[in-house]
Amino acid sequence: MAPSPSPSSTPTRSTLTLRVNGEEHTLSVDHRTTLLDALRERLDLTGTKKGCDQGQCGACTVLLDGRRAVSCLQLAVAAEGREVTTIEGMAEDDRLHPVQQAFLDLDGYQCGYCTPGQICSAVAVIEEHAAGWPSAVTEDVRPEAGPPPLTAEEIRERMSGNLCRCGAYVSIVQAVARAAGTGAGRPAEGAESTEAAA
Amino acid sequence: MREFGYQRATDVSGAVALLDADPHARFLGGGTNLVDLMKSGVERPARLVDVTALPLDRIEPTDDGGLRIGATVTNSDLAAHPLVRHRYPALTQAVLAGASGQLRNMATVGGNLLQRTRCAYFTDVTGPCNKREPGSGCPAARGEHHNHAILGASDHCVAVHPSDMGVALTAFDAVVSYETADGPGELPLADFYLPVGDTPHRETALPPGALITGVTLPPVPAAAHSRYRKVRERASYAFAIGSVAAALDVRDGVVRDARLALGAVASRPWRARAAERVLTGAAADAATFGAAADAELAAARPLPRNGYKVTLMRNLIVAVLTELAGPTRPAGPAQEAAR
Repeated sequence: MAPSPSPSSTPTRSTLTLRVNGEEHTLSVDHRTTLLDALRERLDLTGTKKGCDQGQCGACTVLLDGRRAVSCLQLAVAAEGREVTTIEGMAEDDRLHPVQQAFLDLDGYQCGYCTPGQICSAVAVIEEHAAGWPSAVTEDVRPEAGPPPLTAEEIRERMSGNLCRCGAYVSIVQAVARAAGTGAGRPAEGAESTEAAA
Repeated sequence: MREFGYQRATDVSGAVALLDADPHARFLGGGTNLVDLMKSGVERPARLVDVTALPLDRIEPTDDGGLRIGATVTNSDLAAHPLVRHRYPALTQAVLAGASGQLRNMATVGGNLLQRTRCAYFTDVTGPCNKREPGSGCPAARGEHHNHAILGASDHCVAVHPSDMGVALTAFDAVVSYETADGPGELPLADFYLPVGDTPHRETALPPGALITGVTLPPVPAAAHSRYRKVRERASYAFAIGSVAAALDVRDGVVRDARLALGAVASRPWRARAAERVLTGAAADAATFGAAADAELAAARPLPRNGYKVTLMRNLIVAVLTELAGPTRPAGPAQEAAR
């Protein structure tokens, strides 16, 4: 595509304030900087991982105003004014978030690279389900049908935006179910099928 | 990625004015498609006008029993809204069938309508593509095209529109509202996407610089009994190789009203009007459903390696209509009201 002139009056950098895990950080960024790169390269919050950098793997998942989002497709400049929560902000002092504890207790990982994204996503999945949101595998989405039980099938569908190249899906489903306080994570049920989570 | 300016608009007229002043500017919604295309060099805007802070994030019932959906409503909020789930369940199903939970939280209704094809030749800036570089050629016609168009394509472009949401909105006669520097306007979704012809780079009938402000759904009683079904190459988080949004109102064994739209078969969500004509007034049985599918797919012109889609779509149309006409759907008040 032919290069087009950049209007000289338009600055291509901004000084902005990002609120991350309850703390404000003021930094000057090139507008091309993604939230992912700002977190990792500028704020030294390297818990959030860069996988595909194309919004396809979920390794960079964080919470924006409490909702999960992929930070690789979120421009840092557009995140100003929003509350960013990363994996570093999940624990309260020395007490792990219940989802973190469940992943540890049930080995919801192997290499661990996708784990911060998996955990951030799972925290939101449990909240979305509690809010009554249906999913693509919910049989009847009408509100009068009531909220679907958080079965292993529902967890796999809702977590499908987080890939795990080690294939730790069986344990991930169990960990999400345990943290959500449902029975969906019983090993016999969770072991039935792993491929659907991919 | 090319350097760019960034501004956050706080009102609609201000957003339109910012874009109007700069032909190299783009509106930024959730960014799930635009930012990705900027990384790959397909999009090279000099300025982004962020519209996510505009007061267009409401879903409100209209007086006639329809819904007005603001352009910056996220896919997640659209899918979860009780009135959408109650009146147009296929729209909720379509939105939930697309992307991932993370992307649905970011993506907006306006941006979804304007998302670009995922044709691999379009996103590869090192090769030709008539949509990206008009006149450069279309490698897909003789290349990798197993998920390309079977309806409405041309020699110039065989790419498909990737939206799930748009398929349901098309079935239900949605109308797109927009704002320009010269004032507001409306486009029925049926007229929103331009035929491919020899100008595949011109995708919509929106005037230059127009900002989509919302989508209005008219009342569609049959939509209370509707279904979106998507076929893809894995169980979740993939684009469709074929999809169907359908609504059916059957009384005494006769189809009173039918709405049908197809996804991943054309450059736009494909309203299946030929099928609807066969269905309306006919017996709600397997013979009618097969004849309806055949009537629509008679216009199919598959490529050498995507002929499977014609069979797939026929089976999918018949299956969804059979399901809607049959007794297997979970009983509920809305179903009774729709019959």
